[in-house]
Amino acid sequence: MSEVQLELEILRYDPEKDQEPHFKTYQVACREEWMILDAVNHVKDEVDTTLSYRWSCHMAVCGSCGMMIDGQPKLACKAAVKDYADKKVRIEPLANFPIERDLVVVQDDFMEKLKRVKPYIIRKEEKPIEEGEYKQSPADLKRFKQFTLCINCLCCYAACPEYALTPEFVGPAALALAHRYNADSRDQGLAERHKEISKPEGVWDCSFTDTCSIACPKHVDPASALQQLKITTTVQWYKELIGMGDK
Amino acid sequence: MELIKTDIAIVGAGGAGLRTAIAVAESNPDLKVALISKVYPMRSHTCAAEGGAAGVIKPDDSLELHFNDTVGGGDWLTDQDVVEYFVNEAPKELLQLEHWGCPWSREPNGSVGVRPFGGMKIKRTWFAADKSGFHILHTLFQTSLKCPTIERFDEFFSIDLLMADGRCQGVVAMEMKSGRLFQFQAKAVVLCSGGAGRMFPFSTNGAIKTGDGTAMAYRAGVPTKDMEFVQYHPTGLLATGILLTEGCRGEGGVLRNKDGYRYLQDYGMGPETPLGEPVLKTMELGPRDRLSQAFWHEQQKGNTIPTPWGDSTHLDMTHLGEKHIDERLPLVRELSIIYAGVDPVKEPVPIRPVVHYMMGGIHTNIDAETPVSGLFAVGECACASLNGANRLGSNSLTELLVFGKRAAKNAVEFARKQNSEANESELKEQADKAQAKVRELVQKSGGTESIAGLRSEMAKSLEEGAGIYRTEETLQQTCNTIADLRKRYAGIELHDKSNVFNTDLFQALELGNMLELAQTVAEGALARKESRGSHQRLDYEARDDEQYLKHTLASYQGEEAPRIDYHDVVITKSQPGVRDYSGGAK
Amino acid sequence: MAYVRPVSKTCWYLKDRNYTIHMLNELTSVFVGLYALLLLWGIGAVASGPEAYQYFLKCLASPGMLVLLWVTTIVIFYHAIAWFKVTPKAMPIQKGEEFVPGGVIAGAHYVVWILFSLVVLFLAGVF
Ligand SMILES: Cc1cc2nc3c(=O)[nH]c(=O)nc-3n(C[C@H](O)[C@H](O)[C@H](O)COP(=O)(O)OP(=O)(O)OC[C@H]3O[C@@H](n4cnc5c(N)ncnc54)[C@H](O)[C@@H]3O)c2cc1C
Ligand code: SF4
Ligand code: SF4
Ligand code: FES
Repeated sequence: MSEVQLELEILRYDPEKDQEPHFKTYQVACREEWMILDAVNHVKDEVDTTLSYRWSCHMAVCGSCGMMIDGQPKLACKAAVKDYADKKVRIEPLANFPIERDLVVVQDDFMEKLKRVKPYIIRKEEKPIEEGEYKQSPADLKRFKQFTLCINCLCCYAACPEYALTPEFVGPAALALAHRYNADSRDQGLAERHKEISKPEGVWDCSFTDTCSIACPKHVDPASALQQLKITTTVQWYKELIGMGDK
Repeated sequence: MELIKTDIAIVGAGGAGLRTAIAVAESNPDLKVALISKVYPMRSHTCAAEGGAAGVIKPDDSLELHFNDTVGGGDWLTDQDVVEYFVNEAPKELLQLEHWGCPWSREPNGSVGVRPFGGMKIKRTWFAADKSGFHILHTLFQTSLKCPTIERFDEFFSIDLLMADGRCQGVVAMEMKSGRLFQFQAKAVVLCSGGAGRMFPFSTNGAIKTGDGTAMAYRAGVPTKDMEFVQYHPTGLLATGILLTEGCRGEGGVLRNKDGYRYLQDYGMGPETPLGEPVLKTMELGPRDRLSQAFWHEQQKGNTIPTPWGDSTHLDMTHLGEKHIDERLPLVRELSIIYAGVDPVKEPVPIRPVVHYMMGGIHTNIDAETPVSGLFAVGECACASLNGANRLGSNSLTELLVFGKRAAKNAVEFARKQNSEANESELKEQADKAQAKVRELVQKSGGTESIAGLRSEMAKSLEEGAGIYRTEETLQQTCNTIADLRKRYAGIELHDKSNVFNTDLFQALELGNMLELAQTVAEGALARKESRGSHQRLDYEARDDEQYLKHTLASYQGEEAPRIDYHDVVITKSQPGVRDYSGGAK
Repeated sequence: MAYVRPVSKTCWYLKDRNYTIHMLNELTSVFVGLYALLLLWGIGAVASGPEAYQYFLKCLASPGMLVLLWVTTIVIFYHAIAWFKVTPKAMPIQKGEEFVPGGVIAGAHYVVWILFSLVVLFLAGVF
């Protein structure tokens, strides 16, 4: 097995000690099959136990380990060290979020916004469980399936210039989930979600840079969801204007 | 220390915790729920489950068949009243998830699809491609957002339970971003803190699966049950231990040794089935314990392939075709390409058995109650004895739902009956004790042991002594090593003294918890002188129903090794029989 | 206290190549706007009578104007191509279970564009 030599420049910040974040450099001899997360874990275990960051699954599904790797938002557990072989790699906490400590960012803002867009099935009338499942054809499922794949890693927020400039913007992942439920054949909550989505800080803050989709490690394509939402939102606006607001 | 008063405190916000919380909130809007988790709910390891969740829904299936598969799969160490309740409730719970929006894969007519799974006689595993746990977790989490009475405490690390007047009255947890300790006073506490696979070196489990809740209950006087039963999943990716779901074999993937031979037929699971036509409950669709054991034998015979990450065999899916793989197993393909550099469409994937699931856990009954009143437990941290000596794949996701709901009902009933005031002074004293313990851990200096060092010694020792096959000698060695590591644990020193997100501290606490549980695994295995399900002893090769058709209970004895007792298995209608996974089995 | 990193309100689009490209795309709409103004001027000129219209045509033929028109044409081409490329994201079309491939949707836009152009050229008497 060959080795890959990395020089990790990690942004460090401890609010109890530091006025400002600063970089600290670590030399790591990585095994070739490692991900950046393995290199960071190596630092934590063997070199500097005071380093703080989030991780859990090491399989790109829990969404914990989003960080800026050479300036791009990535999952550390999905970024192969091979791609950065024998050079300096900058590791910083996800952009556009306040830094709690080292690579840990404050995520409260997203959690609050997610709740606001009502990401759950809303029905006028619930069908009793005894009556079985709602039928949904494979085509109906495919219509929204892609947007269910979001792992809430927030890489898209770190890639969104509008979120950087206007922190009130509800943002790509939360809005993509709103669209996911709007597009689900079992759901009847479009009108309710519309109230949130159509606000100025809702979908209209998006300028379609597509950078969220480029960054998304799960190919959710939130930019697509948002553009579709803009169309639905416009149609809904007209419908409400002529008093036919319901879905 | 902050004080939070609530009605029901739930520790853990994975599938089990969320289902419990929603069940309380939906039917009892007057009760307050505190949902405490050391990670944001959607980071819980339920997200990693791939294959699916079992529940009888199709006309060719029956509750009785599901019952039989589960009891036999568990090598009769299952409590049959629990299994019966479980198979009855399973379909309702899975339908409930469907109503909440879970994107289950569908059949052309719009009904929910099911796929074959190991050890199941009929196709009954509901699936959402190969991201079933992920979708279940996110559906539950998102649904929980509509319940106003659930107050979440995300990134709060639970440290110990609060016990007074013979009942559990709350929990102490640390707010991770500030290092502040919180005393949660509750009328009932439900532990949903997940498994402890991280005790082992090579595991499908995420970093958070360190058995914290199980250890908390254990220290508080609740015995652990059947901890020696550790499930190895036969198909883990080499370097990382990432799981390739049993769905791979359900869809028709086969196992081959270094000569390309489908070796399972040599271990009582033959005859060989035609390629691309998997037959239920035989060959590759045998149960996990048998498949992992077959690997071990192939290794002994020199039929495996040596690699830098250990010996391996192959999971071959090349005959399934790109379209089928992309539709049913997209994640498997992605994971294999990223983490092993192998595209399963084109090449067989090198794999080896990997620690996957703890059958054992906090001793609970059919009501999700522990022996301590006011304390309930659900999910992988608990052992309701549904899974016995070997869990059947896709039963545990359903277990989270079925018993989450049941725990909620019972915890609510318990809380409503509780009109005596909390024993404030006693609780405060205990909370202070927990605080002192943490403070000492952080402030102590001069230690020479490292967390990572002790952790890897523990893991290595467990793998060597309490792995797929065990003997008196190796187990004794492991018991000694773990006891020694527990002593050495007192010699660790934390370099991180910060109050803010001090992961050094959390890792230390997790290590302490794992060491305690590792001891219950090794001691339980040493005491069980028989082979059953996932517990295989080379020195006692047969199952011994006479002596060991019993649950192992391990009780905390402070710094000493646990006391081992036994507890009867509930048998209602299925007498212990032979587990036959040959193609000719009825 | 959590640390908030400063964001440049004026130069943020220089931070990342994709932002810069996006801003260039946005910038092309200035030319679309310019061309719209030109068109308005032309219509106004037609309405005001033959003299005004002749004057308008003369202005169009001036060298400076020709350069501007060429630049505008090129930029508008770029603008159209950039946006056509992303239309499949905004307007995915599902036929049966599958989505119509993005290329087909973008291609349809080109076809419509060409047809319109032909009609305009026909009306203008080119054929
Ligand atoms: C890779 C993989 C694939 C699997 N596939 C399947 C499958 O296909 N079918 C199936 O049926 N089963 C499967 N399983 C098993 C199943 O997924 C798990 O048993 C189940 O998800 C466990 O759920 P849980 O809610 O008990 O725990 P988890 O989801 O692990 O959640 C534990 C929760 O407890 C919290 N917690 C833990 N410690 C503390 C503490 N100290 N303080 C505060 N909070 C704490 C965590 O933050 C987390 O929220 C799979 C398991 C793995 C690892
Ligand atoms: S497409 Fe919209 S949401 Fe996505 S990064 Fe650009 S502005 Fe943000
Ligand atoms: S949309 Fe993609 S990048 Fe954004 S949070 Fe979801 S998975 Fe992450
Ligand atoms: S560790 Fe879970 S996404 Fe990277």
